Amino acid sequence: MYNVKEVVANKPSRFTAGHRMCAGCGAPAVARMILRAVDENDHVVVSNATGCMEVSTCIYPYTAWTDSYIHTAFESASAAESGAEAAYKSLKKQGKLPEDQNTKFIVFGGDGGTYDIGIQSLSGAMERGHDMTYVCYDNGAYMNTGIQRSSATPRFADTTTSPAGSVIPGKMQPRKDLTEIMVAHHLPYVAQTAAFANFKDLYEKAEKAINTKGGKFLNVLAPCPRGWGYATEDLMLLNKLAVDTCWWPLYEVENGVYHITYKPAKKLPVEEFLKLQKRFRHLFKPGNEWMIEELQKEVDLRWNELLAKEEMTNKQ
Amino acid sequence: MSIRERLSGNEATAYAMKQINPDVVAAFPITPSTEIPQYFSSYVDNGMVDTEFVAVESEHSAMSACIGAEAAGARAMTATSANGLEYMWEMVQIASSSRLPIVMALVDRAISGPLNIHCDHTDAMSVRDSGWVMLFSETNQEAYDNMIMAHRIAENKDVMLPLMVCQDGFITSHAIENIELLEDDKVKEFVGTYKPEHYLLNKNEPIAVGPMDLQPYLTEHKRQQHEAMENARRVITEVANDFEKMTGRKYDFFEGYHLEDAEYVIVCMNSTAGTVKNVVDNLRANGVKAGLLKVRVFRPFPGELIAKALEGKKAVAVLDRVPLLNGTGGPLYEDVVSSMFIENVHVPTVNYSYGIGGRDVTEEQIHKVYQDLQSMQDMKDTFRFLGLREK
Repeated sequence: MYNVKEVVANKPSRFTAGHRMCAGCGAPAVARMILRAVDENDHVVVSNATGCMEVSTCIYPYTAWTDSYIHTAFESASAAESGAEAAYKSLKKQGKLPEDQNTKFIVFGGDGGTYDIGIQSLSGAMERGHDMTYVCYDNGAYMNTGIQRSSATPRFADTTTSPAGSVIPGKMQPRKDLTEIMVAHHLPYVAQTAAFANFKDLYEKAEKAINTKGGKFLNVLAPCPRGWGYATEDLMLLNKLAVDTCWWPLYEVENGVYHITYKPAKKLPVEEFLKLQKRFRHLFKPGNEWMIEELQKEVDLRWNELLAKEEMTNKQ
Repeated sequence: MSIRERLSGNEATAYAMKQINPDVVAAFPITPSTEIPQYFSSYVDNGMVDTEFVAVESEHSAMSACIGAEAAGARAMTATSANGLEYMWEMVQIASSSRLPIVMALVDRAISGPLNIHCDHTDAMSVRDSGWVMLFSETNQEAYDNMIMAHRIAENKDVMLPLMVCQDGFITSHAIENIELLEDDKVKEFVGTYKPEHYLLNKNEPIAVGPMDLQPYLTEHKRQQHEAMENARRVITEVANDFEKMTGRKYDFFEGYHLEDAEYVIVCMNSTAGTVKNVVDNLRANGVKAGLLKVRVFRPFPGELIAKALEGKKAVAVLDRVPLLNGTGGPLYEDVVSSMFIENVHVPTVNYSYGIGGRDVTEEQIHKVYQDLQSMQDMKDTFRFLGLREK
């Protein structure tokens, strides 16, 4: 049984203090917990796409990573990791690495580096079946360069390249559903998760992903205090509201079979999640009610689709 | 005993790669280099090498995967041409700045646009200041030999730089020539095994590759890259000496053909040198002191040696297989004339753009260049096109 106190007490933090991520950022907690899910005897090669996490954790001559780490460029994290994984296979086969060495391959990228510029190399690496876990920490915009819209940015969000103007009220297009795109790659394991309820969902999915052979994908919600505009202490509350409104459903797809890992007893209206964030402030102005209605419709549609997929894939 | 064969430049390159037996090859198809990963994947699928072949979804990922593999502690190789090299351009820089001795076969082809799949050197010239060692090859034999020497140069601990072996698309890559191959065990012994000092898969010494490198250190790291490129000069010579001992085939920074007593000299690279040699022979038979300087090592550029070799000549023509689009001259020309300036060598020197997009380079054209060099009054017009359709 998962016990957060035991995990934190017994499993060393492989992603250490001293990094320069913002207070109230969702990403470092995610990275730390995912690496805690690695077996203590296993070694990890982390590949990191350019982004907040990379520029704040590995500034020469310092690093916050206790495992082997490589950063190459924005769009190339999956491809670089596929090369490292191929090297591992080749060197293992030739007896050039210790027999008892067990190396895991984990990639971290933000939504810009994953949904957008990195989707080609991600898709390629996953299709080739490299034994690696790709973790997208999704904060819904290019936060590192100053909050520009990405294809993960929610509809109507105010960003610096989709500002809420008097003619165009924010980003007008719905989010790309990357988790479903990864499901369409027919991978052994795809999951969507968040740092929620003592990290149980996140930890268990990370553990499952890391210990499943082949290409695995985790999409993890990672709120950003600067980009979303919330008080830093509200980080975990935002994670909870995203899940309880079904804005960010927690589910996994194992060999094509859907399993929703958390169904809120009472599905909250989406404005509960929206109202704490400055990026959606304009939605609450008189006359803009339609935007919240549209977002609620979108959330309901996707949640119902997910329920249907779960039912359908569990029928056989 | 060496093995006498008939192979195309692509086959010879793939064969050298088989004998080198790298740990990882990552490549993407692009004309005219496609055959290299094709031949190589048949070696992989028939169990003739220990290599993991990564059939990537783009050249950008080919170089990224090579970076990941080489950083992980493997010997990684790739092959590409033209737009493929342009697409991986970003990663080409990251490979050299991460000091990863990746070896790449570059089968030279015109970069778009407009689209053209035939030979010129626009691809190679676009990465000339990327911190890669660059070797050029006149023939299939040279493409093979350069490949056998590549890892010894790139992986030397005083160098640790990536290296590309260039040859002319279709002209040598697809033409079949007689070639002398080495025995597998000789290549294995010559190339040696790769023993990286620091690598990702060493679990006892975790390292971080590719950090954010800001104002306090980047200049010093670039200085180290510069020193590595300087060190490559010595290592290239040492490796060539060892190669000569094994094969009897001599390689230097450049090859002089009737160069020493020549009055009129053409400087060029790759397959055109073969055509120039024929013309030199004809001119010599007619009493014209024509000569050739064929550059083999383009990076690090042997400027001092080239300038000294050109000292006292009556006139020099530098042939650049690229269009002249910058208002100052082709890259080989710029390098040659600035080296001459530094060495205080004053010889009238003109620049020809030739062979663009696979345009045939004929003996008549080369003959015309030597004629131009002999009529000194025509030297004012520095930048010229060779073989241009006038009407």
